[in-house]
Amino acid sequence: MFSTALTWSDLAFLAQGAAMTLAVTAVSVTAGTVLGILFGMIRVELGPYWSAPLTFALDVFRSVPLLIQLVLGNALQSIMRLGWPPFTTSCVVLSLYTAAYCTEIVRGGISSVPPTTRRAARSLGMTWWQDMRYIVAPLATRVSLPSWIGLTLGVMKDSALVLWLGLIELLRASQILVTRLQEPLFILMICGTVYFIISFPIARIGGYLEKRWSPND
Amino acid sequence: MFNYTFHWNQALKALPQMLDGSLVTLQIALLSMIIGLACAIALTLFRLSGNRILGGFATAWVEIARNTPALFQIYMTHFGLGNFGIHLTPFTALLVGIAFNNAGYLTENFRGALKAIPDTQTRAGRSLGMTSMQAFRLIVLPQMLRVAFLPATNQMVWAVLMTSLGVTVGMNTDLAGVTQELNARSFRTFEFFALAAVIYYVVAKVLTLAARALAWRMFRY
Repeated sequence: MFSTALTWSDLAFLAQGAAMTLAVTAVSVTAGTVLGILFGMIRVELGPYWSAPLTFALDVFRSVPLLIQLVLGNALQSIMRLGWPPFTTSCVVLSLYTAAYCTEIVRGGISSVPPTTRRAARSLGMTWWQDMRYIVAPLATRVSLPSWIGLTLGVMKDSALVLWLGLIELLRASQILVTRLQEPLFILMICGTVYFIISFPIARIGGYLEKRWSPND
Repeated sequence: MFNYTFHWNQALKALPQMLDGSLVTLQIALLSMIIGLACAIALTLFRLSGNRILGGFATAWVEIARNTPALFQIYMTHFGLGNFGIHLTPFTALLVGIAFNNAGYLTENFRGALKAIPDTQTRAGRSLGMTSMQAFRLIVLPQMLRVAFLPATNQMVWAVLMTSLGVTVGMNTDLAGVTQELNARSFRTFEFFALAAVIYYVVAKVLTLAARALAWRMFRY
């Protein structure tokens, strides 16, 4: 029969790794979303011409591999003698990476609100902020939420790359166990299952919302 | 603020080596895209076939590819297959891993594209005396590829970015691998990786623009 050298404490070690993955994801997605909403609003308000530098800067984060970004971020923090631990560096880089994608999503959401609706709000005497808060935000959220869920899951999966900076997250934890126990397939399958269990239900909810909320369908 | 002297010369001297590396990167990305496309078309056919086993296989492939990290998939092909006595070189492991990932995402793109093609077209083709294979190949497939072309070019850029993961399984000939080797020799991490980032950016942009030009030439009505 199947036998393995994997013990309960090894499983606890994997669980700690999974907790680290979730922690990095939670911090990065929260910070990235706040930044993304800010950048998205700036981009829409300034128009394509004046926001070109911002667009370019964010495009860099989407066109350079995340692994390279992490290495660069780590090198930069040591050059600047910030003395950040790997966790902080990873979260900062991942937040900017998330913000770059989130900006696109927010921009898409805001542009999906018909200008006539916004003009109607303004002619009813609403201020710019009231228009944003009561008209644009609810309508844009409906359009953006499914892609935002997709982005969150993407960041959760991409957060596996922080192992390069020496952070022990889920994949790195399973790699350590593989090196010790020499059962690569079994341990990697556990690791993959954990990722799958986290990602799959949320992806399904996202797909459901996309269908449920898509207009005129 | 910076108590550090940048040595850009050292990085620029290594530029020819890094450009050679970027060719390997492009090669892996292209090959993985071709394999991924072939697999994705097969998986789409499996899904359309109505056969539960084939359909289930396709769904399992797509869901695993989309719900686990790309790095995990590469680890699986590099370390996991070792359990069966299959020992792939880093190049092959990376290629297989990325192709697997590409196939999953492309199949999902095709599913969306298929929705844009009315079922009546297949039926019209069939009533003109085409076999179901002919109807798929001559009527559905060309339109599906047209709709799925732009998402597929995004996937191509993704494939280029994903090749950088090879360095984690000991790949040392692609751009990230070459950069890491140079870095290990000189510890000029920032300079080398900044140059690599520029090259990746240029490659990604050139690919995007080329794809747009190609789409404009091919898909103009």
